[in-house]
Amino acid sequence: MNSLFYQKNSSRNIGDKVFTTLSLICVVISILPLIFLVTYILIKGGAQITPDLFTLEPNPPGDDLDAGGINPALIGTLIITSIASIISIPVGVGGGIYLAEYSKGGSFSRFIRFGVNVLAGVPSIIAGVFIYALIVSTKILFGSMYSGLAGGMALSILMLPTVIKTTDEGLKLVPNELRYASLGVGASMYTTILKITLPSAFRSIATGVVLGIARAAGETAPLIFTALFSYYYITGFGDLFYEMGSLSVLIYNFALEPYDAQNKLAWSASFILVLSILSVNIFLRILAALTEKTKRV
Amino acid sequence: MIKNNKKAQKNHILSLEDVSISYGKFEAVKNIFCNFKKGDITSLIGPSGCGKSTVLRSLNRMNDLIPNCSLKGTVLFDGTNIYDKRVDAVEVRRRIGMVFQQPNPFPKSIYENIAFGARINGFVGDMDDLVELSLKKAALWSECKDKLNDSGYSLSGGQQQRLCIARTIAIEPEIILMDEPCSALDPISTLKIEETMHELKKKYTIIIVTHNMQQALRVSDMTAFFNAIEYEDGDGGKVGYLAEFNSTKKIFSSPKEKITQEYISGKFG
Repeated sequence: MNSLFYQKNSSRNIGDKVFTTLSLICVVISILPLIFLVTYILIKGGAQITPDLFTLEPNPPGDDLDAGGINPALIGTLIITSIASIISIPVGVGGGIYLAEYSKGGSFSRFIRFGVNVLAGVPSIIAGVFIYALIVSTKILFGSMYSGLAGGMALSILMLPTVIKTTDEGLKLVPNELRYASLGVGASMYTTILKITLPSAFRSIATGVVLGIARAAGETAPLIFTALFSYYYITGFGDLFYEMGSLSVLIYNFALEPYDAQNKLAWSASFILVLSILSVNIFLRILAALTEKTKRV
Repeated sequence: MIKNNKKAQKNHILSLEDVSISYGKFEAVKNIFCNFKKGDITSLIGPSGCGKSTVLRSLNRMNDLIPNCSLKGTVLFDGTNIYDKRVDAVEVRRRIGMVFQQPNPFPKSIYENIAFGARINGFVGDMDDLVELSLKKAALWSECKDKLNDSGYSLSGGQQQRLCIARTIAIEPEIILMDEPCSALDPISTLKIEETMHELKKKYTIIIVTHNMQQALRVSDMTAFFNAIEYEDGDGGKVGYLAEFNSTKKIFSSPKEKITQEYISGKFG
């Protein structure tokens, strides 16, 4: 008869301990890169933050004393990401609505879902080359070549699958009873989607949109082919049709410069980029928590 | 007998004529003939899987929302076949409202839950009055008049179901369909809903699916007993049919069919 007390030395309990420890070690290893990366960037980049950074143009490499600021790149990233959002959010949410609400699971919607998954896996540089071939090299946009507009289009290709997928999945999570309730009081499909299902799925859709924006804001490869880079302030609407700087391309360009001042500028740009993506994510979580609370009053 | 039927026909608000409903290849109910009288409460009873909920959902085209579901035959409402190609299902549902098995209020305030349906149906008038009236008819007003801006989810299950009834009343349908409205509720809430139904009967025609025979006996004027038989080709599938349709009193005291007698005395089901 085995004793009921815990046997420290039985092979079963030793094996249990070993595996618990092993999985703990794995989880620590997997989180280490994130911790190191964020701390390293915060330390290296955080030290360089000055008010001038946000207001000045970057100086051309070579002047080792002062690299200037990142204002054009910061504004450029905002503009390019906004263009990408303006294109991909309506199209993506609309497509997601079709897949979740209107399609009846036939071969057409299966094909679309498959296509969206493939698009999500397309390397970002391909999106850049595609827009380069379609818009930049053909000068189809009023004769302009590299432009912020083209950059936004390239990023919108990357955002689109995320937005479609999260809209589709978010809507599918809305219980059918809610749709029946709305249709049962004589609402049309259109009213039901607009007034009942979309608001119920708002949280998951918003999460998907922000994830898409965060991914797009950090992309470099597509922008090298489309928006290129610019050292100069963005002064007006017309600048959309010319080369436009962005944080990620600024990091790419300046981190490889042999001059210390430019390297420092790249670090501070990394700091700003990581911080803004992080804060957008945190903001979304707070927003989600707040909407959740009001919903369950 | 036939003469009587002809006379009564004017009172028939809804008639099923040789209705068969299938899910894909599988036939759920077959050859239903049935007339629902205006101003009556009719209950549909029968064992699980006999297709009574399917029949109920077919009455306001809720089955359209289930993929692969198809209907043969005619459902006459107000002299129009609601399965006619020219009929707009949305319009049908505005005139034939539905209360579901699980209480399903919208994730909105109590007030908005009721105002939603009325607003999208183009209601002009005092919305506050309509909300108050609908809640009063559903016997919920006294319990929630002080918290109209609270979420519909803050109510108890029974109250939520009465809110769903109030929401349906607010669009002033001619018929209210109820799909086992009390199956998720406790006895006291059930009793309240039954009282509500007696009130509503004055103005609306009600068709209710219920598993509870006592409830059918308590609330309804007419009772339709559905049963399921195995397919003739005998591959084990079952198809539902209308076994007996008569006044509730007769169904429960002197049923014509032996199978009805067996069901109401609890021998199967």
